[in-house]
Amino acid sequence: MMTNPGNQITQGQFSFLPPLTDVQITAQIKYALKSGWSLAVEYTDDPHPRNTYWEMFGNPMFDLKDPAGILMEINNCRKTFPNHYIRVMAFSSVRGVESPTMSYIVNRPKTEPGFRLVREEAEGRSIRYTVHSYATEKPEGERY
Amino acid sequence: MNELSKDIILPDDTPVDLDAEFRNSNIQEVLAKLDRELIGLLPVKTRIRETAALLLVDRVRKKLNLSALSPTLHMSFTGNPGTGKTTVALRMAEILHRLGYVREGHLISVTRDDLVGQYIGHTAPKTKEIIKKAMGGVLFIDEAYYLYKPENERDYGAESIEILLQVMENNRDDLVVILAGYKDRMDKFFHSNPGMRSRIAHHIDFPDYSADELLVIAKLMLAEQNYRFSPEAEKAFSEYIPLRMKMEHFANARSIRNALDRARMRQANRLFAGAKKSLTKIDLMTIEAEEIYVSRVFQDGQVDLNGDELAE
Repeated sequence: MMTNPGNQITQGQFSFLPPLTDVQITAQIKYALKSGWSLAVEYTDDPHPRNTYWEMFGNPMFDLKDPAGILMEINNCRKTFPNHYIRVMAFSSVRGVESPTMSYIVNRPKTEPGFRLVREEAEGRSIRYTVHSYATEKPEGERY
Repeated sequence: MNELSKDIILPDDTPVDLDAEFRNSNIQEVLAKLDRELIGLLPVKTRIRETAALLLVDRVRKKLNLSALSPTLHMSFTGNPGTGKTTVALRMAEILHRLGYVREGHLISVTRDDLVGQYIGHTAPKTKEIIKKAMGGVLFIDEAYYLYKPENERDYGAESIEILLQVMENNRDDLVVILAGYKDRMDKFFHSNPGMRSRIAHHIDFPDYSADELLVIAKLMLAEQNYRFSPEAEKAFSEYIPLRMKMEHFANARSIRNALDRARMRQANRLFAGAKKSLTKIDLMTIEAEEIYVSRVFQDGQVDLNGDELAE
């Protein structure tokens, strides 16, 4: 897509910015912990924008006080899946919210081939549009 | 605080204000509280003061760009039951927090059950979860020698120790590990885990309390719960302590607490059954000598086994 140089997928917070440094990630985790949210690390290699359910890396982390433990887990995940998308997710257990309140990408594949626009002829002369990720042409685990 | 840039080399005679740094850290307040609330334990207090001094000097040195490796602060507390190891560990977390050595200053107190799993592959995530929780604070492992069971070679404790060692080395800035346990068993534990021994810089031994110290502790415990001894009861209790110390299952301050709990129970019983109809506030607060003398320790020289003495 010409409007998105580098074909970076833009999901969650901060995804239009340059990649976050570890210091910035730590600051964001600190904010989440201060707000009483519990964090989890998730990964995937399917970049489709509607792919919201990613795999969780290890267990969700409750009752932590300090960002160091979560950063350690992020680095573990980066070591295991250096070429996957990895995001940090903060979950709020406040009654009535009970859902993720923060989510941002902390690791991307080195090259992101991007998406192709698919046109489908439908009834009459109407056309349906969808996107297709070039990366998903290969099977899971071999995409990047 | 204005950070000095790394390039600036300060002259050797730059003045250093240790006193101001000492006042700013509020560490005096914590140390005074330690003196006030912990009776005896002189070697422990000295050691804590020394550690506090080292950390303070380190902090001033860092301001002057005199870089040094951050000191290893993992500790081992050894001593008999009831000598105040857990209490001191709690204080330690507070002191380290005031000196800026740990970021949060909370204490996670665990035993073998919290670290070691029950089947293959259970131990590592369990240990790691605890370590992550303790980061930014102090991890206190009570009765640490249970982690290692040499008689069972398939025991998962060794795996837990391995992870701990790795974290103690690599995440020195993130958490402080304190191991605690009885002296002889801890010595055996360190003997079979030399890696653990070398990673722990401070071995602090907790001495037993003397009878006088135990009496002061007893009064402190009662004051905390808004009770007090009558003069006769205090005399009775000072007779009780040496008798109790000679008996088996004596656990220093913990035995004293149990004895006081039983005395409170008897006091309540006396007030309830007593003939005196008009009670005052003072009556509710005072422990009388008869509550102490009823103890089996005086009767036939035996510990009151129906009490909670054996439950510990």
